[in-house]
Amino acid sequence: MSEPKIIPLHSLSATDTPDVVLRLSDVTYTRRDEKLLDCVSFDIPSDGMTAILGPNGAGKTLTLRVIAGLIAPDSGRIDMADGLKDNMALVFQTPVLLRRSARANLIHALKIARVPRRLRPRQADELLALADLLDLADRPACALSGGEQQRLSIVRALAREPRVLLLDEPTASLDPRSTAAIERLARRTMRLGTKVIFVTHDWAQAKRLASGVIFLHRGQVTEVTRAPQFFDDPQSRAARCYKLGRLIP
Amino acid sequence: MTTTTLFRGIALALATGLGLVATPTLAANPFITVQSTTSTQNSGLYDYLLPKFTADTGIDVHVVAVGTGQALKNGANCDGDLLVVHAKSAEEKFIAAGYGVKRTNLMYNDFIIVGPASDPAHVAATKTVVDALKAIAGAKAAFASRGDNSGTNKKEIALWKATGLDPAKDSGTWYRETGSGMGATLNTAVGMNAYTLTDRATWLKFGNKGDFKILSQGDPALFNQYGIILVNPAHCDNVKVKQAKTFIDWMLSPRGQKVIGSYRAFGTQLFHPNAPKG
Amino acid sequence: MDNGFLDAFRMLARFDPDLVEIILLSIKVSFSAVAVALLLALPFGALLATWPFPGRRALVVLVNALMGLPPVVVGLGLYLLFSHRGALGVLEFLYTPTAMIVAQTVLVFPIAASLSRQVFVDLHAQYDEMLRSLGANKWQILLTVFWEARRSLLTVALAGMGRALSEVGAVMIVGGNIDHVTRVMTTAIALETSKGSLAFAMALGIVLLALSVIVNAAVSFLRTDNGGAVHV
Repeated sequence: MSEPKIIPLHSLSATDTPDVVLRLSDVTYTRRDEKLLDCVSFDIPSDGMTAILGPNGAGKTLTLRVIAGLIAPDSGRIDMADGLKDNMALVFQTPVLLRRSARANLIHALKIARVPRRLRPRQADELLALADLLDLADRPACALSGGEQQRLSIVRALAREPRVLLLDEPTASLDPRSTAAIERLARRTMRLGTKVIFVTHDWAQAKRLASGVIFLHRGQVTEVTRAPQFFDDPQSRAARCYKLGRLIP
Repeated sequence: MTTTTLFRGIALALATGLGLVATPTLAANPFITVQSTTSTQNSGLYDYLLPKFTADTGIDVHVVAVGTGQALKNGANCDGDLLVVHAKSAEEKFIAAGYGVKRTNLMYNDFIIVGPASDPAHVAATKTVVDALKAIAGAKAAFASRGDNSGTNKKEIALWKATGLDPAKDSGTWYRETGSGMGATLNTAVGMNAYTLTDRATWLKFGNKGDFKILSQGDPALFNQYGIILVNPAHCDNVKVKQAKTFIDWMLSPRGQKVIGSYRAFGTQLFHPNAPKG
Repeated sequence: MDNGFLDAFRMLARFDPDLVEIILLSIKVSFSAVAVALLLALPFGALLATWPFPGRRALVVLVNALMGLPPVVVGLGLYLLFSHRGALGVLEFLYTPTAMIVAQTVLVFPIAASLSRQVFVDLHAQYDEMLRSLGANKWQILLTVFWEARRSLLTVALAGMGRALSEVGAVMIVGGNIDHVTRVMTTAIALETSKGSLAFAMALGIVLLALSVIVNAAVSFLRTDNGGAVHV
């Protein structure tokens, strides 16, 4: 994969759209003649949790990676709130942890976030507490369970105190109990003032967490709605079919 | 042990390694480098003789043992102060080319033909070495040649020439060129029951004889003369003339000649000193 | 079989100074060579793994191919260089342990560069995006990958050590196998073999093997005895 090109970023003017943190306009990404993202456009409000929902292969993860700046789209425009570009953190579907203890993983992230050395141990412990991992602080990270590793990844992403936290299918391969723990952590994060954008294919999870929904299907946005409305009465045909567990035509 | 100490340890090891690179070898004595034929080393002569020389003179001797051909080439490249070799005509060419100052007879011994006790070519029945080689060629019995342009190899080629035969055209069948040193060639010969020409000193000290025996010896044509040559300082300004001359003088002196003559293995004298008197 | 076999072990048991000297020189030369080679090869491997530049693929193929460099060829090349008539003759390296260290460094470098490149490629692929998403700059990513690679790099060092300790062709030519000066285990084995003292040579071979086992065991002990065994 080639290095992502610099994305032309445009700042959203605060007076113009005070409650929008991120705007994608006609973002298109093509690979091997296949439009994986096709004129994707949406606004994301600056508060609450936004779910990017859709079936497998809809382009959800790709959208998240474009937002995170890991992939440059072929065309389109991404507008962000001032300074957001360097103030986002992404948590991957599969946790990628360093081969050291849980605490050392956090201390390393705090170091990258330029937290002064003497503050790092205390902040690491605060993050561990946030994820209910304080008891496991000195365990090698790779010896933690899948759910614990994912929680560690999430609080590690919080080390730089991001304004927006991006979660890519954070519970994809977890049991219900671990899933609940992750969702608890996501809500705590939101309450601490961080905007959370998460990708999921789990209708119920989106319903439990999200205040707004972006429904993607085959690289296209079919619906951008506030949550209660969406879950009661999805407007797009794709979302309706998905809700009923049917194949989307 | 923590990972940190582990890597401090490794760093220390690296630093030590580098320190060792920088440390010159402890050379208390001045030393000279001798490019020598292998037989003098493999026979143990240097182990016996050099401590005596160093005790007498305080000069260390570094011996690089290679075939005579390579010793001459290394000498021409100035990678030694003097040579101990055994291929007179090649040595004379070396002098004539200006690479060496002077060639002096040092000592001699003789070549022998060794082979399996079963002696399929009936070499033991021959009187001269030429007949012996003819018998081997006639029987197409396996013969291992050094094939490395060494003194022994040059001698062997000269002897084949005297038979009027050209074994090189049968190379790869019964005539087998090992392209290696005397010891390696003896190992090969023993391994494949092949006759071979060797100097007596190497043979006597050789530890892997199997059932091999000396089958041809005593012919004056098997005479093996060793010479000693100072590398020409006019050609190579790095030659340690003073120390090298001290070594040559010592080797040619009654004292050095006596030491050479007194070196014995299994009750047999291996080298016969024959430096010009006076 | 003669009793040369037992002789060798008796020499070892009573710390025969000549034998000890040969063993120590082997260790010194090969350790130094591996140290220098790693110092040069690890940054080079990291560069090959992470820095795209024109001709990189060709360079990788070349370095991989050089892993099979015949020691004799290296010895010969360096002889021509270090010979008094050679380009670097003035250094007076020929027939010294330094020349042997250079020779083994040349032999170990491609192995260390190629294997470490692979280690860095794998770890970089694993960590690059994650670290970037945390806000790490290129330098921080490189340092983190280096640190995470440390155990694998130890294996790389061992592979290099194996190559250095076992080769004979190069050190024979540039070292000259001079008694008490440049004689190491492998050249001593070659000499004893040429003397037909096969049992003694074999015993020296076993000592060399034991040396290799000790080095490997020590490293494996260090690798696991750091409370981090489960990380590996």
